[in-house]
Amino acid sequence: MGKKILLEHDHVPGIQGYEVYRNCGGYASVEKAIKTMSAEAMVEEVKKSGLRGRGGAGFPTGMKWSFLAKPEGVPRYLVCNADESEPGTFKDRYLMSRIPHILVEGMITSSFALGVNTAFIYIRGEYFYIVRILENAIKEAYANGWLGKNILGSGYDLDLYVQVGAGAYICGEETALLESLEGKRGNPRIKPPFPAIAGLYGCPTVVNNVETIASVPYIINNGGDDYAKIGIGRSAGTKLISASGHINKPGVYEIEMGITVEDFIYSEEYCGGIKNGKKLKAVVAGGSSVPVLPADKIINLPSGEKRLMTYESLSEGGFAGGTMLGSGGFIVMDETTSIVENLFTFARFYHHESCGQCSPCREGTSWMEKILHKIMDGHGTLADIDLLWEIQSKIEGNTICPLGDAAAWPVASAIRHFRHEFEAYVTNPNAVNKVRHYENMNA
Amino acid sequence: MAKVTIDGRTIEVPDGTTILQAARMIGPEVAPPTMCYYSKLKTSGGYCRTCLVEVTKGSEKDPRPMPKLVASCRTTVMDGMEVGNNTSPKVTEARKGVVEFLLLNHPLDCPICDQAGECHLQDLSYEHGSSKTRTDFERRTYDKIDIGEKIQLHMTRCVLCYRCVKVANQITDGRVHGVMNRGDHSEISTYVEQAIDNDFSGNMIDVCPVGALTDKTFRFKSRVWFTKPVTAHRNCEKCSGKVNLWYKGEEVLRVTGRKDQWGEVEEFICNTCRFDKKQTSDWTIEGPTVVNRHSVISANHYEVLAKPNEFKLNEVKPLPLKEGEKS
Amino acid sequence: MEVKFNEEALAVAHKIIARYPEGKQKSALIPLLHLAQAEFNGWLSPETMAYVGSLLKIQAVEVYEVASFYSMFNLKPVGKCLIEVCRTSSCWLRGANEIIEHIEKKLGIKDGETTQDGMFSLKTVECLGSCGTAPMMMIGAQFHENLTYEKVDTILDSCKSEDKRKTYFDEVTVKDY
Repeated sequence: MGKKILLEHDHVPGIQGYEVYRNCGGYASVEKAIKTMSAEAMVEEVKKSGLRGRGGAGFPTGMKWSFLAKPEGVPRYLVCNADESEPGTFKDRYLMSRIPHILVEGMITSSFALGVNTAFIYIRGEYFYIVRILENAIKEAYANGWLGKNILGSGYDLDLYVQVGAGAYICGEETALLESLEGKRGNPRIKPPFPAIAGLYGCPTVVNNVETIASVPYIINNGGDDYAKIGIGRSAGTKLISASGHINKPGVYEIEMGITVEDFIYSEEYCGGIKNGKKLKAVVAGGSSVPVLPADKIINLPSGEKRLMTYESLSEGGFAGGTMLGSGGFIVMDETTSIVENLFTFARFYHHESCGQCSPCREGTSWMEKILHKIMDGHGTLADIDLLWEIQSKIEGNTICPLGDAAAWPVASAIRHFRHEFEAYVTNPNAVNKVRHYENMNA
Repeated sequence: MAKVTIDGRTIEVPDGTTILQAARMIGPEVAPPTMCYYSKLKTSGGYCRTCLVEVTKGSEKDPRPMPKLVASCRTTVMDGMEVGNNTSPKVTEARKGVVEFLLLNHPLDCPICDQAGECHLQDLSYEHGSSKTRTDFERRTYDKIDIGEKIQLHMTRCVLCYRCVKVANQITDGRVHGVMNRGDHSEISTYVEQAIDNDFSGNMIDVCPVGALTDKTFRFKSRVWFTKPVTAHRNCEKCSGKVNLWYKGEEVLRVTGRKDQWGEVEEFICNTCRFDKKQTSDWTIEGPTVVNRHSVISANHYEVLAKPNEFKLNEVKPLPLKEGEKS
Repeated sequence: MEVKFNEEALAVAHKIIARYPEGKQKSALIPLLHLAQAEFNGWLSPETMAYVGSLLKIQAVEVYEVASFYSMFNLKPVGKCLIEVCRTSSCWLRGANEIIEHIEKKLGIKDGETTQDGMFSLKTVECLGSCGTAPMMMIGAQFHENLTYEKVDTILDSCKSEDKRKTYFDEVTVKDY
C-alpha cells in the first residue's frame, strides 16, 4: 500500500462532518500556520515540497504563490478551481463530496500564506449537490472559529464562499474562471497580465486546483521536505487518479507517484485489470486532452523499461511516443474499442466546449467533429484523414488558451498511432464492427 | 525605449509598444494583417489570430525564442526583440490556416455584398489564403436582422471580431447588442429584437471589417469602386464633423468616417452626420480623398474602367494560381 | 404574468449579492440565474432575464450574453423532469449510446425533445465527471450512476409524479448561510 495523504481518512465513518474530521487531526495546519508561522515561511515550505498544480498543467505551486503581487491597499484573492470538467476526471468531485473539510482547511491555510481575506471555491454547476456539502462544511468551520473575523485570536480575517458555475468546460482555464466569477461569459483572457498581477476584479489572484489546495495542510503539518520525499524526483507527493473505462474497478485512487502503469492497471489494489478478461488496447492517461497511447507504448518506455505514473515518465518519448499525466483522468480502452469513434466523442466535446473567441478553435473544432462524423457515417475518404491532421496542426499553438491544443492533441495522437483504423474506416466502412458497449459491459 | 527588429528592419519604439504598432511604424511591408484589432478601441485584438508573428529572439536580456507564435497586437516589444512576420514560414503557414478558418463558414457572397472592394477579409484571403476550399459541409447561416432603421446585421458574414461590441461599450451609452451563445454558434445579436438607438451607433458600420454590418441607406446603391470619395467637414455639435462623402455623379450615396492607411477611422462620427446630411450643401468640401489602403478604391480607376460590353468572354482568363497550389 | 421573485427567493438573492465587493455585484449573475431558473419553471424567458438584470442594475443584453453561454441555462421551456445523459468517452465506453437509445424508445422522444404531456425532456450532455460510475444521467441536481436499462426504467417511473424543476433551489442551502 502506498502512502495516503488526501484519502488517509476516507474510510472513517462520518468523515464528512466536522467533529470526526477534527478528531482525525483536521485543522491542525491552520493552528500551526497562524500560531507559529510567517506567510513567507509557509510559501517557502510549499516551494520545498515540490508540489505541482494538480489541475493538469503541473506548474510548481510554490512558484505560482511567490509570483503573487502584493501592492499596498489592494485586496488579494485565492480562488479554488473546482470546475473539474476534463473528460475522464472525477477526483475533485470524490474528494469534495467525501472529505469536504480537507478543502476548507486547505483554503484557510493557503489564504493565510497568501495574505488573502476573501477566498472563493468555484465549482462547476453540475456538481450542485456538492455545493450543499461544501457550504455545510464552511458553516461548521465558521461555527468553530476557523473562518470569519479574528481567527484564533490572531487578528486574521477570512471569508470563504462557494461560487457555482453553469456548464462550461472552458471555465477550468483560470482566466475564464475569473471572468465567470465576475459574472461574465467564460472567455479566457489574453495574457499577460497573469492573474498573479491582475486576476479577480483586477486584483492579484492565485487560482489553484482542489487537489493542490488539499495537499497544503499535509505540507504545513509535516514540512515541505517530508512531502518531497514521497514520490520520485520532480514528481513529488501523491496523486489522485480517476480511473474509468474498461476496467474491473473504476474509481478514484491515491497513488504515490512512481508505481508502474502496468501495476496501476492490473493490480487488485487499483484498477484490477481489464473487464471481462479482454485485452488492453489503448489508454488516455491524463484526461481527454492528452495523447492516447497504444497498449505497448503506455506500459513500456522506448527503452524497454516499464513506464511509471509520474509526470516525467508519462511524457517520455515526447509527443510522438509519450503522453502526459495531466489531470490524472485515466481512461482505459479494451480491444473492442474503435479509436475513431472514441475520438469522435472527444471532438464533439471540444466543439461543444469551445468558447468561440478565437477563430482557429471556434471553426477548427467544429470542422474536425464534422469530418469525424462523416467518416463514421461511411462517407469519409483518405484525404479526410490528412485534412484532419492538417486542421489540428493549424489549431495547435495558435489559440488564445490551451483549449485549442487540448482539442488538437487527441486527434494528432489517434492518427499517429492508429492511422490504420482510420484507413479501414474510410476504405471499407461496411466492414467496421460497430460495438455495442452496453451489451459488452453487461454480458 | 526598446529596439525591435521585424523582418530584418529595426526601429526604436517607446516601452509598452506592441509588436503590431512597431511594425506599422516601420511600414505596411512589415505590418501584419489584422481583422479584430482596432487601435481606437480599448482591449480590442487577440481574437482573429491573423496577426500572429514568430518571436525568434525574446530580448537582449533573454534571447530565447518564444515557444509559440504570438498575437502581435497584444504582445509588447522588449529591447532587442527579433520578430519574423512575412519572412517566417511558420507565420505564413499559420496565417493560411487562419484565413481558411475565417472563410470556413463565410458565404463568399462578395458579388452581392456592399462591403466588396473595401472588405478586409477579401484582402486577407487574396494575400494570405488559398484559392480553393477544402470543406464541403453546409455553411452556417443566419437570418438578416435590422438593428434600427439604418443598420443591417448580416451575421452570416461576421468573423466575430468583437469590434462593434466594443464600439457600443466604449462610445455609445447603453449597449443593446452583444455576443450570444458560444463556440461556433456564437453570434452578434440583440437581446430580443431591439433597435439600437444611439447617436454614435453608426460607427459599428465603419469598424466592421466585413459586410456583416452595413449602412441601409447605402444598400445596393453602388459598388464602392464606382463611387468617388471626397473629404469634407461641417460644424457638428456632437462630433468632429470630419467625414468622407462618397459621390456617384452629383449624389452623395453615403457618409463615413475618414479612414487611415490601416483602414481604421480617424475619428468616430455621429449618426446625424452619417445618415441625415446627404446634400453637398451640408458640407464644406476639402478635396478628393487619397485612399492609402491598397484596394480597388485606391486605384481610383473608375473613370477609365472598361465598360462591361467591351469585355470579350473568351479573353477572360482565370486568376493565376499561387505558388504551390494545384488547380 | 409579471416576473418577480417571491419574498423568500428575493431574500436569498440579496444574500448572494451581498457577498461581493461594492461595485462587483455582477458576480452574482450566475447564481441568480440558477435561482431564477428554479423559480420560474426551469427556464429563462426574456422577461426573467430582464428581471435578473434589473436586480443587478445591468443591461438585459449582458444577462442574455451570459445565459446563452452556459449550457445549464435553458432558454426555452423544458419538461418537468429534464433528463441529461452524458455521452463523452468514459460513458460511451460503458454503454451511454445504448442508454440514450433506451430512453428515446421508452419516452418516444429524441435528444432535445419534450414529451407531449410536458413531463420529460431529454438532453445529451458532455462529461459530468461521473466517468468512474458510467454510464450516468442527471435529473434535476441528482446524479444517477452505473445505469442499466432496468435502473433507468425504475428512475423514470418514479419521476412521473414529480416536478424536478425546483430541485436546484431546494438543494442549495444558501438561504441559511
